[in-house]
Amino acid sequence: MDWFPLLNSLRIAAISSVIVFFLGIAAAYYIAKLPRVAKGVLDVLLTLPLVLPPTVVGYLLLCVLGPRRIIGAWVLEKWGAKLVMQWWSAVFAVAVVTFPLMYRTARGAFESFDETLSDAGRTLGLSNTYIFWHVRMPCCRQGILAGAVLSFARALGEYGATSMIAGYTPGKTATISTEVYQLWRTGDDAAALRWVLVNIVISAVVLLAVNLLERNEGKHPAAHAQKHADGNARKRPPRKGGEKRPAANTRNKKEGKKK
Amino acid sequence: MSLSVNIHKELEDFTLNVQFETEGEMMALLGASGCGKSMTLKCIAGLETPDRGKIILNGRTLFDSDRRTNISPQRRRVGCLFQQYALFPNMTVRENLLAAARRLPKDRREAAVDEKLRSFRIEDTDKLYPRQLSGGQQQRAALARVFLSEPECLLLDEPFSALDSYLKWQTELELSELLRHFEGDVLLVTHDRNEAYRLCKTVCVLADGKSEEKVGVRDLMAEPRTVSAALISGCKNFSRVRRIDATHVQCLNWGVTLETSQEVSSICTYAGVRAHSLHIARSGEPNRFDARVVRVIDDAFSTILMLAPEGGNSMLRMELPKEEWALMRNPSMVLLGVAPEHVMTLSGEM
Repeated sequence: MDWFPLLNSLRIAAISSVIVFFLGIAAAYYIAKLPRVAKGVLDVLLTLPLVLPPTVVGYLLLCVLGPRRIIGAWVLEKWGAKLVMQWWSAVFAVAVVTFPLMYRTARGAFESFDETLSDAGRTLGLSNTYIFWHVRMPCCRQGILAGAVLSFARALGEYGATSMIAGYTPGKTATISTEVYQLWRTGDDAAALRWVLVNIVISAVVLLAVNLLERNEGKHPAAHAQKHADGNARKRPPRKGGEKRPAANTRNKKEGKKK
Repeated sequence: MSLSVNIHKELEDFTLNVQFETEGEMMALLGASGCGKSMTLKCIAGLETPDRGKIILNGRTLFDSDRRTNISPQRRRVGCLFQQYALFPNMTVRENLLAAARRLPKDRREAAVDEKLRSFRIEDTDKLYPRQLSGGQQQRAALARVFLSEPECLLLDEPFSALDSYLKWQTELELSELLRHFEGDVLLVTHDRNEAYRLCKTVCVLADGKSEEKVGVRDLMAEPRTVSAALISGCKNFSRVRRIDATHVQCLNWGVTLETSQEVSSICTYAGVRAHSLHIARSGEPNRFDARVVRVIDDAFSTILMLAPEGGNSMLRMELPKEEWALMRNPSMVLLGVAPEHVMTLSGEM
């Protein structure tokens, strides 16, 4: 059995996941700060690939990356490289399709982040970069990791846009999903089934990893600190001998917040 | 040590217009919730930008709309103690303090943190995460963290609002003890007049985003000059008035004319009488009037009477010791009295 499709799928998924990880986080962070209208427009644009059929994404990508199209032609002239029908062409397709997953989950995580922590950091003299990497990201770790794993899993399974932009060349651009389709089309059901099983095993491992990750997250002392602080607003009778845990932590009242 | 604030900011619901100066003392910013107290603190800390105005700390301009100066919160050296303390939940107490010590040279940070852990009596919590601490420990850790960043003034945003009354008292005692050694200006934001009275020297009342003149806390309680100051100082009874002469006002809502010991100014709009300043009058006293007992409410340590004065259109609230009420055998009418020095003449609107 030729393992090239597995290797190819893995490297495409890995590269696109790294790209999407940083782009998605950056987009989530900066778009949250924009005025409402700009935020709404960008949000729709960036989430669009999630709901569009992958073939539509593939078509649109071919429209800009094709050898006679604007970006494709420029790259071909400058570096003599074709952007389509290569194994790495699939990275473009996969990145565009999985970007919304990362962006959405990261944004959700950032939205639940308590901005007072960032305010506190700033008044303590900590740089915005420090606060981002040492406070905001660790506090939002769970959501961001979930987004990364989800987009990696989706990347492994991408078919539509990949097949349009990278095609199917055995030993060159074949991925697991295009391999399955090709084998089934040529009537080699047994080989197709082998790849189907490989695919199922990989997906199951990824999902298992997510679950393990979430369980470990629960044990981490910091993970639920915020939830605890916000959640129970009931008061307990005072214990003997002084201090006790804060019982009623009410949320910050948003006082006269500007539009 | 001085902090001078004069800011103006348009908000969704109201306009913030705050002006005060402190000279190294602990001042309370007193007002009901939603009156712009927290927004004022955020403007001073640099977390929000006012539309117009000036903020000067120890001669250093932090914000000046005319000269387009707006120093970043990182460089303002304004320490903030937030309502929920805002300790970083992903860091241990020691890590939290180390983060704040980043202004110091690297080799001095650990020692400085150790020193603060000791002086705030949280040495044994240094490896714990914030959620594992008690409320009091969280407050001490947060304060230790603020002090490590070497602030020139300190802003406390309702530091006890998250605690119940027993714990509140404990942490309040601790806080005043810890703050004793702090040299700079301290601003306490609160809606609790008692808290302001116990902890602060001066107070600035904020109502609907507008600040009033700074006064001593004792003056605020004894002689509030405006309706909003009287309200926040706990006065329960107000009546619109018409000035008769320098020592008499006609209270339109109560249908009586009261003598005052304070001189009645021409801008006087309301009279205020505290619930416990009303008493059952004896003959020969000034300021007597009849009132019908409408409701009797049994409070924890006193009896509250809701009274309708004859010829008036709004009720008065009176508080008197339980024993005194018990001796009165449920009268339907009472003769009320209020000493002229207890009639507060106020300006401003409700």
